[in-house]
Parts: sequence; structure tokens; C-alpha cells
Amino acid sequence: MHWLRTRGRATAPYGLGLAAVLVIPALLNVIPGVAPGYVLYLVSLAFIYAVVAIGLGILIGHTGQISLGHAGFFAIGAYASALLTLRLGLPFVLAVLIAGAVSAAIGFLLGLPALRLTGPYLAVTTLGFGLAVPQLVVWQGSWTGGSSGLHGLPLASLPLGAFTIVFRTDQDYYYLAAAVLILLTIFARNVVTSHTGRAFVAIRDSEIAARAMGVDLVRYKTTAFALSALYAGIAGALYAHLLHGISPEDFTVLLSVDFLTMIVLGGLGSVGGALSGALLLTFLQNALTRLPVVHDFKNLYIVVLGAILILTIAFLPHGLAGVTRSVRQRWAARVRDGAPRVDQIVELGEGSGVR
Amino acid sequence: MSGPLLEITGLTINFGGLVAVDGVDLSVNTGEIVGLIGPNGAGKTTVFNCISRFYEPVRGTIRFKDRDITRARSHEIIRFGIARTFQNVELCRSMTTLENLLVGEHAVMRGGAIRDGLRLRGVGADEARATARADEMLDFLGLTGHRDSVVSTLPFRLQKLVELGRALVSHPGLLLLDEPSAGADHRESQGLADLIRRIRERFDLSVLVVEHDMSLVMGLCDRLYVLDFGRRIATGAPSDVRRNPVVIEAYLGEPELEVSDA
Repeated sequence: MHWLRTRGRATAPYGLGLAAVLVIPALLNVIPGVAPGYVLYLVSLAFIYAVVAIGLGILIGHTGQISLGHAGFFAIGAYASALLTLRLGLPFVLAVLIAGAVSAAIGFLLGLPALRLTGPYLAVTTLGFGLAVPQLVVWQGSWTGGSSGLHGLPLASLPLGAFTIVFRTDQDYYYLAAAVLILLTIFARNVVTSHTGRAFVAIRDSEIAARAMGVDLVRYKTTAFALSALYAGIAGALYAHLLHGISPEDFTVLLSVDFLTMIVLGGLGSVGGALSGALLLTFLQNALTRLPVVHDFKNLYIVVLGAILILTIAFLPHGLAGVTRSVRQRWAARVRDGAPRVDQIVELGEGSGVR
Repeated sequence: MSGPLLEITGLTINFGGLVAVDGVDLSVNTGEIVGLIGPNGAGKTTVFNCISRFYEPVRGTIRFKDRDITRARSHEIIRFGIARTFQNVELCRSMTTLENLLVGEHAVMRGGAIRDGLRLRGVGADEARATARADEMLDFLGLTGHRDSVVSTLPFRLQKLVELGRALVSHPGLLLLDEPSAGADHRESQGLADLIRRIRERFDLSVLVVEHDMSLVMGLCDRLYVLDFGRRIATGAPSDVRRNPVVIEAYLGEPELEVSDA
């Protein structure tokens, strides 16, 4: 597989991640006191959110274009796939691909105003888009199922030559979500470490320089929007089939804020960061709803989300990816030189707030 | 090619009611180093921004290699063979020196998000070739030691050099330099003049340079254009321009001109 070869330094964490993906289901079966099915469902959900976060990371982290409306693309993917399988009886794989394409096309269109709007103006525009999508679904209730949603989606299946794999159990779906996540992670890493990715970052760093070097802003800004919408659309389709049903309530603005927090926590401009931020936040949200002390405080998660955003921006401007990067650099320097140098000690002092 | 490499006629640019550049004619012949000088606010950088298509002229034409580029879009200019640097350095600050040079090769590389994402055949070879060209340029400019440094950590003088490399790596026919000596002392700016001459020989290109440092311009350029308040007040060889009373009048109180006699 020619295109599976990724470039770049940090491939070791991905190898470890792949090993973890394979052993987690077996591990859950031997740990007493956990319900493997539920944990696998939760991990699948985290993987699906991670797909959105990686796509959003390309848009915000690499290209520097804000979106507060990615729940809208997520909803478009979910509804497109649900309607295509339920109403038209299309096979799952085809429905997911079309859902991704529809979402990407709408992402391209939303990218057009981004050519004129920047910063807060773009944020408000995308926020409006995210707010509008669930409302449109309710309004067109006769074919979208309205506020009660769509239910009874068929099982996910994958035709392979003569026979078909049907994803029946939580474990089956877990492997499906993991496979999609792995493929889309590799794709994203390939994009950001090449020609196209450099054009994205050039736009973020200096639009003037990008234009002077021949970067067509129209083409690359709309490409970034379409690409991140493609990721959100595919993830939305997987989400619909994971839950076997969807309703407009699943796609509130809060979900867009969730996605944003994932990439800020993980570290803007890092594919691995988006991945870790999504996993961490999904588990955190689930854990918070189980805390017995605050059982009657339903919106605790929103408060925690705000706190995470503020604390990350204040203390970890490069997110989790920044932390691992500086640890790795320090480790490499220590291994190389045997002992820490004076400037490293000074740096450590500054880092720990001794000023 | 019949006419000059670059030919600007009657260029006029307005900002609101203010005429920033007023009917300027300017040309650069193949292989020439041409200087564009004048007091602060004379409209030199405005002319540059017009050639780069960042500003819209109200009147006049810009022709390059016999092609009218007056209405071209800004990202097309480098594909025609015109690359530039900026007065205050416009680098991609978060990138390394190497990555900035690779951005400089954007126009000469094949694109496509799907092609890159799937690493279709040819992507790896394209990247390797682009990196080899960038490394060659870093070697020429003596920047190899800073190859993998993030450019925002480099001193201003080196950032100017990285920007020069980024403009050169696409092998343009015309190089626009906006105040290359900014931040350099007298000795360094003499080294810069040598470098620009070497660049002309090695890459077989023409140069249009906006500069404040008179001693640099006088020693470097084949021809000069002098702007004042958006109008062209003189043109010719450096030795003629230096003695032109209109130019001396415009520069009255600016000591650089006397220094340049040395």
C-alpha cells in the first residue's frame, strides 16, 4: 500500500495507538466489573468525534479559519446517511460516502464567505450555520422525521467480493470506527505534511506572503473548508449508524463547542493533538455524568468545558501536543548531552513559573 | 521578446483622494539591476505592491515579458516569473527555514489535496525534488546551519536572507527587493550588494530594488528612478542622478546622499 507510508518524525505513537486499538477489546473481557459492550460503544463514539476533531483541526489549526458550526456538518452527514439508507435503501458504505460528499460540498459553499470574512465575523457566520441546520431539519419534518428524529437505521455492512461483513455487535462497530479513524488520520497527516498543508499554514501565518508565493486563497480556503466538512460528514454518518437513530437534539451548538474544545485541548495545528483531545473529552464527559455528588447538576459538563478552554489557553497554549513536544525535546537534549546544560536549566525555571 | 522585460507606463494609484503614485513610467531590461529611490512616502513600495497586484491602479499598464499583467491576480504573478521580498519581512513565522523555502516553490509544484492525502504516485518524488532545490538554495545563501530553525527565532538580518531565498527558489525572471538592507550596518550592506550581483549572475535574472541606503544603490544599480510625492523626478545612471539638482533638492536634509560620494 503505497499511500499508507506517512512521513514525519512522530510515527512511534501511532504504532502504539494501533496496538492499543487491537488489544483493548480483549483486555476489557478480562477486567472484572466493566461492561465491555458499553465501554466499546463509548470508545467508538470517541473515535467518531476524533474524526471530526482532526478535520476541524485542519481548518482552524492549520489554515487559521475559525468554525463554530461543525455540528452542522456532523448533522448533515448523519441525516444524509440515515435518509439514504432508510428511505432509498442504499447500502451503508455508499450512504456514508455520499454523506461525506454532500457535507464537503456544503463546506465548500460555506468557505466562500470565508474569503471576505475573518476572525469574529467568520465565527458568527459559522455559528449561524450550525444553529440553522437542526432548525431546518425540524422545519422539513415531513421527510426528515422532524423533532422526533429518524430511528431504526439498518446495521452497518461492508461488501467484500463474494460475502459481506455485517457489523452487529459493539465490538464489530468499534473495529469499523477504528479503521475509519486510522485511515482518515493517515490521510490528514499526509495532507498537512505536504504541498497542500504548507499552503494552509502559509495562509494562517501570512496571507500576504501566501499570495505572493502563488497560493490561490480562493482555492485553498474553500479546500480547507470542504476537507474539514468531509471529515465531519463521514463522522456524522458513522454516528447515526452507531446509535441506529438520530434527532435534531443531538446536534446543538454545544456539540460545536465540544469539537472546538477538543482541538484546543489537544493543541492547534497537530493531528495527534486533535486525536488525543477528542478521546480525553469524550471520556471526561461520560465520567462527569456518573459523579454521584453532582447528580442533580445536569449541565456540569458545560461548566467544566468552559474551564478547560480557559485553562488550556492560559497555561498550555500549544495544548497536549505542545506538552509532549517539549518533553520529547528535553528528553532528546538530555540523551544527547548526558547532562542538562545551563540554558536548559534556565528554560526549565521559566517554564515552571519562577520569574 | 521585443520590448523591455518589465514595462510600466502611466501608472497612477489613488488612496481615497490622495494620489500616491502619479503617471509613473518605468522599465527594467533583461539582466539589469534597477533602483527605485526617493524620500519617505514617495510611493516606491506602492509601485511594488502594484506590480505584485496587491494594489489596484486607476490608470496605466504593467507589461511583463510582453504580457499585460495589469489585471492579473496576485497569486498568478510568481507564475509569470516575478518574485518579491517585503520591507518588514513577511515570512511564515511558525515554519522552519526549509519549510519557508518550500512555500516559495508552491508555484512550481503540482497541487491537490486528494493527491497529497493519498500520496499518489509522484508526490514523494516531487517533495524530494523540492527539498533538494531548497537545500541547494540554503547552501548558496549560507543558511544550511539554520535549515530546521523556526524562522521567528532567527535574527532579523537572517530572516531577510530567508525571505530572499524564498523569492529566489522558484527561479523568477525578475526579482523585486523591498529595502534589502533594512537592519544591516554599513559593512553588511556592502556584502549585500555583492550578494545581489552574484544572484544576478548565477540565476540569470533582473532585479528591481527599492532602497534607502544610497551607498548601496549607487554602487549596485545600472540605472535609477527617483520618485518624489508619487512622481518620477529623475532617471538615469547613478552618477548622473547624484548630480541632478532636482534630486538634491528632494533629498535636502537627508545626509545619505553626501555619504554616498565616498
